[in-house]
Amino acid sequence: MTKTALQFRHNGRDVALFVDGGVNLLVALRELIGDMTPKFGCGQGGCGACSVLIDGELHLSCLTLAETVNGRAVETLDGLKNGPNLHPLQRAFMEQFAAQCGYCTPGMLMAAKALLDRNPSPSRAEVIEAISGNICRCTGYEPIINAVLAAASGGRARA
Amino acid sequence: MLELRKDIFADERDDNLKEIGKGTQRQDMLGHVTGTSTYFDDHKLQGMLHLKVLRSPHAHARLRRIDTMEAERSPGVRRIIRGADVPRNLNTLLSLINFGKDDEPSLAVDKVRYKGEPIVAIVADSPREAFEAMAKLRVDYEPLPAVFDVEEALKPSAPVVNETYPKNTFVYHDVYDHQKLRFGDVERGFAEADHVLEQRYQMSPIEHAPTETNGSIAAPDTNGRYVVYTSTQALFFSLDTCAKILDVPSNTFHFIGGTVGGGFGGKVDTLTEPLAILGAMLTGRPVRYQLGREEEMQFGSPRGAERIYIKDGVMRDGRIVARKIRAYFDSGAYTRLSSYAVVKCVAHLPGPYTIPNVHGDVYCVFTNRTPATAMRGFGVTAMDFALECQMDKLAHLVGIDPMEFRILNAYRDGDMKAHRREAKNTALIECVQVAAEKAKWPLREEMKRMSSRKDGGGSRAAISPTPLEPVPQRAAVSQQRTTYDRAPAAIVQPPPPAPTPPPSPRPQAPSHGATRFSSVFGTRRR
Repeated sequence: MTKTALQFRHNGRDVALFVDGGVNLLVALRELIGDMTPKFGCGQGGCGACSVLIDGELHLSCLTLAETVNGRAVETLDGLKNGPNLHPLQRAFMEQFAAQCGYCTPGMLMAAKALLDRNPSPSRAEVIEAISGNICRCTGYEPIINAVLAAASGGRARA
Repeated sequence: MLELRKDIFADERDDNLKEIGKGTQRQDMLGHVTGTSTYFDDHKLQGMLHLKVLRSPHAHARLRRIDTMEAERSPGVRRIIRGADVPRNLNTLLSLINFGKDDEPSLAVDKVRYKGEPIVAIVADSPREAFEAMAKLRVDYEPLPAVFDVEEALKPSAPVVNETYPKNTFVYHDVYDHQKLRFGDVERGFAEADHVLEQRYQMSPIEHAPTETNGSIAAPDTNGRYVVYTSTQALFFSLDTCAKILDVPSNTFHFIGGTVGGGFGGKVDTLTEPLAILGAMLTGRPVRYQLGREEEMQFGSPRGAERIYIKDGVMRDGRIVARKIRAYFDSGAYTRLSSYAVVKCVAHLPGPYTIPNVHGDVYCVFTNRTPATAMRGFGVTAMDFALECQMDKLAHLVGIDPMEFRILNAYRDGDMKAHRREAKNTALIECVQVAAEKAKWPLREEMKRMSSRKDGGGSRAAISPTPLEPVPQRAAVSQQRTTYDRAPAAIVQPPPPAPTPPPSPRPQAPSHGATRFSSVFGTRRR
C-alpha cells in the first residue's frame, strides 16, 4: 500500500512519519507517534474522547484524515502540562473531582482549553456549549462545568 | 484473639478513618487529568495482531456452511478461528459457582441465536486487513423463526431459542421453570381486601454505553503463560472463565486491569478475553481485540428487559394485605447473569414493605435478543420502578398521601420479611421522612413521629399459614461441575460431556472463588 509522507508539529515538537491512505489522526497519534492521550470511544464523531486541537481549533481526531494535518500544529492532552506543572484546567479538574473513570477526560480538557484560549472568562452557558460534543458516562457534567469555570477565574487571577 | 502490632506501622497510617463529609482525592486523579492512566488499549506491543469477529446478521438462523477459503488467502491474515478451535466452546458465566448449565459458545457452531453473535474470528496484521478478509468470508444461513417477546417465548408453539433450555426458561433447583416465593395466602388476602389493583409494567433493555468499549490485548509471556491487558470489571472472574474455556489452569494467565473506561456492569461478561488469548496461543503473537461502538451496542450485553405484573389487595385504611407478582426477565439468547438477577429479584419481593401475604413467580426467559447482563442493581431496579409506581397508584386508590402510604406499609425492625428472615436495621420510614422534608412535602405530625425502631415485630413477625403446592418430580440433577485442578490439556477439541454427579437436594457449596455470589444458594451463613 502506498504511504504518504507527513510532517506536523505535535505538542510543539516536529514529527515526520509515513501513513497509509485512509489512516485517521487518532490512529496516527496513538499507534505511530505513541501519544496515548486521545482515546477511541466510537470512531464516528459521536463521543469526543479523541478531541485534539489543530492550529488551536478543536477537532475530532477520529474523523480527521492524518494527511490533512501536514504542516499544521496538533495539540493533545500530553502537551497540556508545562514541564512538571499542571495546567490550571488540570488542577481545577482535580480539585473539583471532575473525573471518575477518566476516559472522557483528555477530550474534555482539550475542549475546555479550546474554549478558554478564545474566551478566558466564559459564562456557564458557554462552557456547556463548549463541552457539548463530549460524552461523559460516569462523572456527570456538573463537576466538569464547575472545573472549567474555576479554571477560567483561577487562570485570570494568576495571569 | 489476634493482636495487631499497629505500633510497627504507626508512622505509615493513622487510625483516624473519619472521612465522611470531607473531600478526599482519588488516587488515580493525577493520571486521569494528565492522560497517563493506562487503559487496556494504551498498550502497544511488538508484533501485535488485530482480531475482528464476523457476527450474525440474523436473530435466529442455522449455519449451513462456513467457507473461510478466500478469507484465509487475504493479505495480512495470520489465522482464522472457528468454533472447533475453541477448546471448550460452551460455557455459562456462573458455572464458576456451579449455577446453571453451559449454554453459550464462544463462536457459534450450528446455530446463531441473536443478531451480533460471533461466528468466525480473524486475526490479521492490521484491523483493516482483518475487515477486508471478513468481507471474503462466506456463511450460508438458513433463517429460522425468531421470538422476541418473553411471554410469546413461553408458549408451546414458540421456536426453541437455546437447545440447552428447550422450554426457553432457565431451570431453578433442577425442577422449576421459574423462581418462586410463597408467603401466606394471597388469594385469601385478595378476598378480604377492600380494593384489588392489577397492573402491567414493562422496562426496555438499557445499554451501558461506556465511553471505552470492551476489549483486551493478550500476549505470550515467558514460561508458556499469557499476559492479558483487559477492560474487564471482574478481573479474576474473567481469568477463571478464560481458564475454563481454553482448558488450561488459571495460573496460565496474568491479567492486568483495573483502569476501566466506564463499565456499569457491561464489562463483567468476559466478552473479548477468550478469543484474544486463543488468538495469541494460535499465532504466538500479541493479539488485540477491541469492540467497535456498533459491536458494543449490538453484541455487548445490555441490562435486560423485564415485564412485570403486580396484583395488590389493599384495605381502606391503607394497609396492603396481599401482593402477587409475576415477572419475566428477558435473558436474551443465553443465560449470562440473568438467572442470578431473577434470584435477587425474588429475594427483594415485595419491596421494603411488610405485607402478610406475598406470592412471587419470576421467570428467566430466553429470546432471540442480545444476551442481557449486570447493570447497576440489576434484578431489583425495574422491579422497584414497578413497585413504586404501584404504591403511588394504590395510595391514590385509597385516598392517602403517597408518602404517608409508604410510611404506613414500611417494614420495621422485628417484622418478618417474605423470605422468612427478620427485618433488621430498617430505615425506610426515616428515608421517607427526610425525603419529604427536603422536598417540603407536608407530613402529618403522627407520621413524623413514626420510627422504624418502634412498633415492629409482634403480630408483624408472624408467618401466615401458607398453602402447600405439589412439588414437581425432580429430574436428574443437571447442574454441571467444573474443576480447575486439572493438568493443562493440549487437545484442541470439544471435551467429553461432564459426568453426572449424584443427585443432591441442593447444589454443593462452591469449592473455589466467587463465594460472595453464594446468595444464589442461600449458603452464605452455613
